[in-house]
Amino acid sequence: MPIRAAVTIAATVLGLVLLVSFRTPPPSSVAGVALLPARSTPSPSSTSPAVTPSGAPPSGGRTPAATASPSATGLKDGSFTGKDFPNFYGDVQVQVIVSGGRITDVKALQYPTDRPQSAYISSVAIPYLHDEVLKAQSAQIDIISGATFTSDSYAQSLQSALARA
Amino acid sequence: MGTVITIDVRDEDLPEPAMDAVFAWFHDVDATFSTFRTDSEISRLARGELREHRCSPDMREVLALCEEVRRRSDGSFDIRRGGGIDPLGLVKGWSVERASAMLETAGARNFFINAGGDIVVRGRPEPDRMWRLGIRHPEEADRVAAVLAVRDVAIATSGTYERGEHIVDPRTASPPSGLLSMTVVGPSLTYADAYSTAAFVMGERGAAWVAGIDGYDALAITSRRRTVWTPGLEEMMVRDQPGFRGDDRTR
Repeated sequence: MPIRAAVTIAATVLGLVLLVSFRTPPPSSVAGVALLPARSTPSPSSTSPAVTPSGAPPSGGRTPAATASPSATGLKDGSFTGKDFPNFYGDVQVQVIVSGGRITDVKALQYPTDRPQSAYISSVAIPYLHDEVLKAQSAQIDIISGATFTSDSYAQSLQSALARA
Repeated sequence: MGTVITIDVRDEDLPEPAMDAVFAWFHDVDATFSTFRTDSEISRLARGELREHRCSPDMREVLALCEEVRRRSDGSFDIRRGGGIDPLGLVKGWSVERASAMLETAGARNFFINAGGDIVVRGRPEPDRMWRLGIRHPEEADRVAAVLAVRDVAIATSGTYERGEHIVDPRTASPPSGLLSMTVVGPSLTYADAYSTAAFVMGERGAAWVAGIDGYDALAITSRRRTVWTPGLEEMMVRDQPGFRGDDRTR
């Protein structure tokens, strides 16, 4: 099993500096955004009690483009909460909103704020991660040119949420 | 304003100090080249407190590279427009290229570094496949306009969508027209970064300009929503993607 170092920095030319994780992933882990296409064939972990669909309807203002097709993505509409996954700076837990078969929003329910550095990192990272998910869902891709951001714990929590969708 | 840098290394046994050194490098680059920091070397140079020949070797190298691209692009790339000095259009790619060399020296063979869309890829993500790189659709943030299968190459994208209209034509002082985004692929990210900025400024003739530079290719998305790419990208293009919308090319 290869060791993967996924590290993220938000830099001021570049920006400021930010690192999210440096760790050995569990065997099931793939690169952050590349996890998403697996949603069309939910794994047995979809029965995990830690993955709890809230049953909340998708928020009305977020209806996606008419081109979306539930059958194409295999996602059920609704709101789904992932497990919380730890990283070096704290725990991350996300909730996804699926509408019309497409992910229309991702909310970070829990993210690191316990130390000033962690809080700063979260304030920079979470919006990027949100954008990244929405960008990446249409194709199996490792990297996006335009802007990208990968965090394993965010991706893992997202994956566990999507396993229910 | 910040740029997010992602480093993904797939090799076993990469020593942790190697990653620490890369962090330290990006810290250094920021301290030297950030125009948002009044104490940076670039800010002192812009205020006239520092003469170019007194600058650090890194600064002089970057300024020389910027001048080279300015001449090659006939002024479409110019870091001194408006009286200031802003080498961001090249220094991001240059710093990532240097970081990539640091990782390779430390033994990494399969990785990518992505700094806000400026990307170096090396090797493969898994033994049986190549890295799949999405070119973000400039108008629909949740879609990709094209997907490339790549290895051992550098990719940079310029556009007006990511940070507002941050690119202006140095010769007219207004945002360029004709393109929504310009992606340049080639061996060096330093040049790919600067070329993507220059070619974006050039508009619809930008792709042809890039194709005329040995080793570099371009994928442009025009204001008329057409995807245009140069022949060298043909073999990298992944066509079975839901986001694939290409319907045109330059020859």
